[in-house]
Amino acid sequence: MDRKITFSEAINEAMAEEMRRDEAVFLIGEDVGVFGGVFGVSTGLFDEFGETRVRDTPISEIAIVGGGLGAALMGMRPIAEIMFADFVACAMDQVVNQVAKARYMSGGKASVPLTLRIVNGAPGSAAAQHSQSPEAWFMNVPGLKIAIPATPYDAKGLLKSAVRGEDPVLFFEHKMLYAEPGEVPEDDYTVPFGEAVVRRAGKDITILAIGGVLPRVMAATEQLAAAGIDAEVIDPRTLVPFDKETVIKSVQKTNRVVIVHEAHKRAGPGAEIAAMLAEEAIGYLDAPIVRVATKNVPFPYAPDLEQYILPTVEDITEAVSAVVAYRL
Amino acid sequence: MSISNYPKEQLLTFYRQMVKVREFELRAINERRAGLIPGFIHSCVGQEATAVGACAALNQDDVITSTHRGHGHLVAKGGEPRYMMAELAARQTGYCGGKGGSLHMTDFELGILGANGIVAGGIPMAVGAALAFQMRGEQRVALSFFGDGAVNEGAFHEAANLAGLWKLPMIFFCENNLYGEGTPQDKQAPVKDLSIRAAGYAFPGVIVDGNDVTAVYEATQEAVARARAGEGPTFIEGKTYRYRGHYEGDPMVYRSPEELEAWQERDPIAAFRQRLLEHKFASESEITAVESEIQSLLDEAVEFAAQSPQPTRESALDGVYGDTHEGRVF
Repeated sequence: MDRKITFSEAINEAMAEEMRRDEAVFLIGEDVGVFGGVFGVSTGLFDEFGETRVRDTPISEIAIVGGGLGAALMGMRPIAEIMFADFVACAMDQVVNQVAKARYMSGGKASVPLTLRIVNGAPGSAAAQHSQSPEAWFMNVPGLKIAIPATPYDAKGLLKSAVRGEDPVLFFEHKMLYAEPGEVPEDDYTVPFGEAVVRRAGKDITILAIGGVLPRVMAATEQLAAAGIDAEVIDPRTLVPFDKETVIKSVQKTNRVVIVHEAHKRAGPGAEIAAMLAEEAIGYLDAPIVRVATKNVPFPYAPDLEQYILPTVEDITEAVSAVVAYRL
Repeated sequence: MSISNYPKEQLLTFYRQMVKVREFELRAINERRAGLIPGFIHSCVGQEATAVGACAALNQDDVITSTHRGHGHLVAKGGEPRYMMAELAARQTGYCGGKGGSLHMTDFELGILGANGIVAGGIPMAVGAALAFQMRGEQRVALSFFGDGAVNEGAFHEAANLAGLWKLPMIFFCENNLYGEGTPQDKQAPVKDLSIRAAGYAFPGVIVDGNDVTAVYEATQEAVARARAGEGPTFIEGKTYRYRGHYEGDPMVYRSPEELEAWQERDPIAAFRQRLLEHKFASESEITAVESEIQSLLDEAVEFAAQSPQPTRESALDGVYGDTHEGRVF
């Protein structure tokens, strides 16, 4: 395995391969066709598959998500792109009340193989309505699955799993990962949901890196290693389902945890994970569980203000150092 | 089309279905009072002709989306009263195993994509179903029922725009019963005829007497033919009225008894019964036979529901996901 492609190319390949494999798969969203997606993720798909299967829509998030739901109920496997995660708020009823609950309300009969590709993360001066990472809004809604890949390999494999599965998936793509290169095999493969991966083995502390913060966390571990701290980094890859076993096993070894994400700190994904560890693994902990996340304010436009509220490499190294130094 | 052009059997079917819808509702109301049904009910008494006339123009593999006031749509699309009543009674044998209730009753085999607890929430779903039919080159259509309140929701607008733009095989069926919950239509919309909104989406909007089952049937037939021919959606506005409150127990302070009485004089079932007799399509005894057949059907449905087992407690945790990843989704 030595071919390197970007995160964006990996998603593009996954869509193209799934569309070639299964006629029921199609892409729908704003500017996904002729434009190729505002971030270029669907480049070339319109030319290969045509306007019927790569569908440009009006700016209508309710119709995109609700239309995806209806098509999925009729046996299609739509991939719907939400250009900015912030815009999913426009379609909240469809996601929360319709898509998530269709199977349960019908007594388990409805299959909803609908994948919502949702672009999250702060790209720099995009301000309050184009920068958010709202994964946790949906963790509180039973019926949805949430994937949040951090590498090109996982992006491709998880997207294929989402498209082939029988449940609605919110697939979060961090804008700042799109250009990140990584090894991706040319053979067909999938990455299963609910299986975390250890990105770096270590013995002193467990760092849980969620989605787009992974490069920052890996950079922080280099600095920490130079300071004599050997961190273990776990990437959960999916938030629902969540691989508790891998995380708890790591905590049993390190006895210390820092959770890093770009979602806002209050009631973000880290809050749920910290609560789970408090319930199920507190006996292994020798220090408080600490979250490094975006400060609880809307995203500001000014670059320096934005950097101040985002979780940075320095924030991570500081938090980790403090937790490692903590004595009961 | 004059009623005399219809085969007798079809007219009797219209009548049978309308009586079935009404009797279902009356039984459900009684059984709720009696304690068999735990949840709330939004009854469609008075609106039988829209449900029956519209669904009569569909094939079984066509699909509908319904509303909070959906029992009539479900019966008219082929729903069996015993499984519907069992669902209302929250039993294992109900259409959704007791998980959906009145607001979420669903049966995919009958093309019923679900009643819906959210006003206008089902319309985009119908657009998606119609898109699937169009993409696969199938001759099927999707019909979305909604009330006058729904056309003021954003979901209606986005759905209608997309359906008009892509000429989807879809019917927007608005049952205009003049009230959105407890507020009259003239306090909710600046226009009286909601069908004129279709012009903004470049498809026809037609008004029919929603209390006349054959008028509803004919308008829907025409819309279905347009949809199957690839000519796109139609908005049908059936003017009708609900006799009971928005929900059972609604004190109905927002409307006058005189208004209700005036509509009851145009009762869709009584008027149609009269037409059948006047045109000698059916004798009094034939009509009475239909009525007692429905009584027996509903007796059996209530009995079936009452005798059916409650769902097991553990079943509350089933059916959230199709793929459960060894339990990790919880």
